[in-house]
Amino acid sequence: MNPRRKSRLSIIVFVLLGVAVAATLVLYALRQNIDLFYTPSEVIYGKNDDASTKPQVGQRIRIGGMVVAGTVQRDADSLKVKFDLNDIGPSVSVEYEGILPDLFREGQGIVAQGVLVQPTVLQASEVLAKHDENYVPPELDAQMQKVHKPMGVSDLKGESERDRQQIHTQEGQQ
Amino acid sequence: MIAELGNYALALSLAISLLLAVLPLWGAEKGNPQLMSLARPMTYGLFVSLSVAFAALFYLFAVNDFSVQYVVNNSNTSLPIAYRLSAVWGSHEGSLLLWIWLLTLWSAAVALFSKHLPQEAVARVLGIMGIITIGFLIFVLFTSNPFARTFPDFPVDGRELNPLLQDVGLIFHPPLLYMGYVGFSVAFAFSIATLMTGKLDTAWARWSRPWTMAAWIFLTLGIVLGSWWAYYELGWGGWWFWDPVENASLMPWLAGTALLHSLAVTEKRAAFKAWTVLLAILAFSLCLLGTFLVRSGILVSVHAFASDPTRGLYILAYLVVVIGGSLVLYAYKGSQIRSRDNYQRYSRESLLLLNNILLMTALAVVLLGTLLPLVHKQLGLGSISVGAPFFNQMFMLIMIPFAFLLGIGPLVKWRRDQVSAIRKPVLISLAVMLILGIFLPHFLHDQITVSAALGVMMAVFIVMLAGYELQQRATHRSGFFRGVGKLSRSHWGMLFAHLGVAMTVWGIAFSQNYSIERDVRMNVGDSVQIAGYEFKFQGISDANGPNYLGGKAQVEVFKNGKPETTLYAEKRFYTVSKMSMTEAAIDWGFSRDLYVALGESLGNGAWALRLYYKPFIRWIWLGGLFMAFGGLLCMLDRRYRFAALLNKGANANHHPGTSHE
Repeated sequence: MNPRRKSRLSIIVFVLLGVAVAATLVLYALRQNIDLFYTPSEVIYGKNDDASTKPQVGQRIRIGGMVVAGTVQRDADSLKVKFDLNDIGPSVSVEYEGILPDLFREGQGIVAQGVLVQPTVLQASEVLAKHDENYVPPELDAQMQKVHKPMGVSDLKGESERDRQQIHTQEGQQ
Repeated sequence: MIAELGNYALALSLAISLLLAVLPLWGAEKGNPQLMSLARPMTYGLFVSLSVAFAALFYLFAVNDFSVQYVVNNSNTSLPIAYRLSAVWGSHEGSLLLWIWLLTLWSAAVALFSKHLPQEAVARVLGIMGIITIGFLIFVLFTSNPFARTFPDFPVDGRELNPLLQDVGLIFHPPLLYMGYVGFSVAFAFSIATLMTGKLDTAWARWSRPWTMAAWIFLTLGIVLGSWWAYYELGWGGWWFWDPVENASLMPWLAGTALLHSLAVTEKRAAFKAWTVLLAILAFSLCLLGTFLVRSGILVSVHAFASDPTRGLYILAYLVVVIGGSLVLYAYKGSQIRSRDNYQRYSRESLLLLNNILLMTALAVVLLGTLLPLVHKQLGLGSISVGAPFFNQMFMLIMIPFAFLLGIGPLVKWRRDQVSAIRKPVLISLAVMLILGIFLPHFLHDQITVSAALGVMMAVFIVMLAGYELQQRATHRSGFFRGVGKLSRSHWGMLFAHLGVAMTVWGIAFSQNYSIERDVRMNVGDSVQIAGYEFKFQGISDANGPNYLGGKAQVEVFKNGKPETTLYAEKRFYTVSKMSMTEAAIDWGFSRDLYVALGESLGNGAWALRLYYKPFIRWIWLGGLFMAFGGLLCMLDRRYRFAALLNKGANANHHPGTSHE
């Protein structure tokens, strides 16, 4: 091997090594930071009624659902709050301590992110309302549309509402 | 009537852009000077015609013409005039019109400031920009026309602009960001034009560099403004959420930054040519991708877009045509580009190459994190979200070598250099950086976290070596002060931009690690201690506005028993859109922000309050402003004669037709 080729080979080996290290790091970081999304029914029955896909207690997940009317309970001395979420089936409870988003209300579609502390109880670290319902599945959406319209927010095609969400999704995610 | 005029102007623009896309390019191919000379007047015509359409939309909003659907959706009789006008780009249709108008503005600017370019190059560049315009005009005219009427049953009053957008930051944020997005079309057009001819000389890099710089400056300012807006308007106190929409603007920025550095090599050393061309294509493609992601909404909201998939599909198709077409051209012609790669392994060129590799890695990380949820869902694996910690971890890892390179890069000579030449200053900087990195966080906040120490180290390293570089450069031939006076504008620009990076890193390191965020329940008269500040809640008073009902919480802040400031955090309820909004109150500070946001009423006179202490958070945006200012200095460097051209261009503008070459 002449020196020129040798030097090229070493560059190639170096680049391949770099790529391998980078890929490993990315995959490792990804594994830890992907949060699966569930609806309340899926938390209880598993996805597509397959019980093996139920989330484990202790797992970090996101749950998207509607706040069940009449279930929001506040603690008298702190900012602790508890409410139920449902979709088309049974409901799960969410516990949260902190200030709820501006658009949180009963009957509203929200996404709660946190750790499952009991099979049907989520200890939420954040609660995202309305303008960040990125990952709400279509089944749930049908439900949400029914609730929104009577509140007078949606227009005929839902267009302005939708556009608002797009531009300003900077909203919410925290 | 005015709406029809606007619509007519849009149609006329489409006709002009069709001609612009065909005739000059055809002329350039055939060497026909008459056809080529049409490029400039047609570009001006296109700009005027779209300006008419744009002005028409302004007028419709100013008079609240509720027979126009778009006005109905975004305006209201009680909306103040300033927000009525900024509502023009408050939503989908109008912001697309803004996009196109800016595109023609850039085209007109190219036409105006390109007197020194060969006619053929101008004809090609303007023709390509015409092609881009066609795609967007068709999109607006056929799928999202802002001038669509509501006849026959038009409403008495409109809905209103989203309360979140009723803010001064949002008046300027979209135009700035779009100026950046669209500005990369110029670099793109230059690249494609060069690929068509196959003649890629350094003159090409010299022409397109100031344009790229201008686009990058606008993009930087747009991102800074958006981040700042998110911080004070959303009431969460966060400045970056790794949301798809933010990522959509960050990706072109990363590609654009890589492009600027690669263009420097191409201009000065005639190397990296093919790569630079590819980067220019990439940067603009990412701008289009960003528009697609935001406008089609497939990432933001699955449900909202099921009702109108045509828009998303159209942009996707357009994306495929533009990106695919330019890549095919690149594959076909790229091999003709010859670079003069005679540099050693340790040289400025190599370091800039590493800079590009790191920026591309960062870009890949953002792209992966943004698109993975989409791919995952399309493969039927269920919905997922990629959390912010993923991006944070990856960016920290990438920043470490990046900051190191940024520090030493400007000290290394082009072509070849010896490692030993800068061994001493680098070692001293490393030592100082280690000491300060551990000492400063401890001194300022009594505790050390790894990421804070790392951030401080990076900032210190960059600043020290920048100072050393300045001193070296200035004392190269003469005394320090004389030498400093002789440095070129682009050199100062580089210095400012790099110091801006250090400031941003410093701001991020402190605000991410030492912010104190407390959500508390307070009765009137209660007080809470945070970081040596005492926040005292004094009660709520009414604060109604023209289109909202509001309450204002008065919070007095004391430091060491002495009054520091009084903050008024507001909560507003917009009566038309029935949305609640939080207006945070922020006490601005050089080394810290105090932030109060009002939560909900908890009954019995108690309120939820969000009290934040955010050290050095301003530095994040200040650093961004430094970068943009540095960019401006580079753009105005004497060798581009840009400042002179601006004057000349302004003169030529007064006497159109006199200076056509």
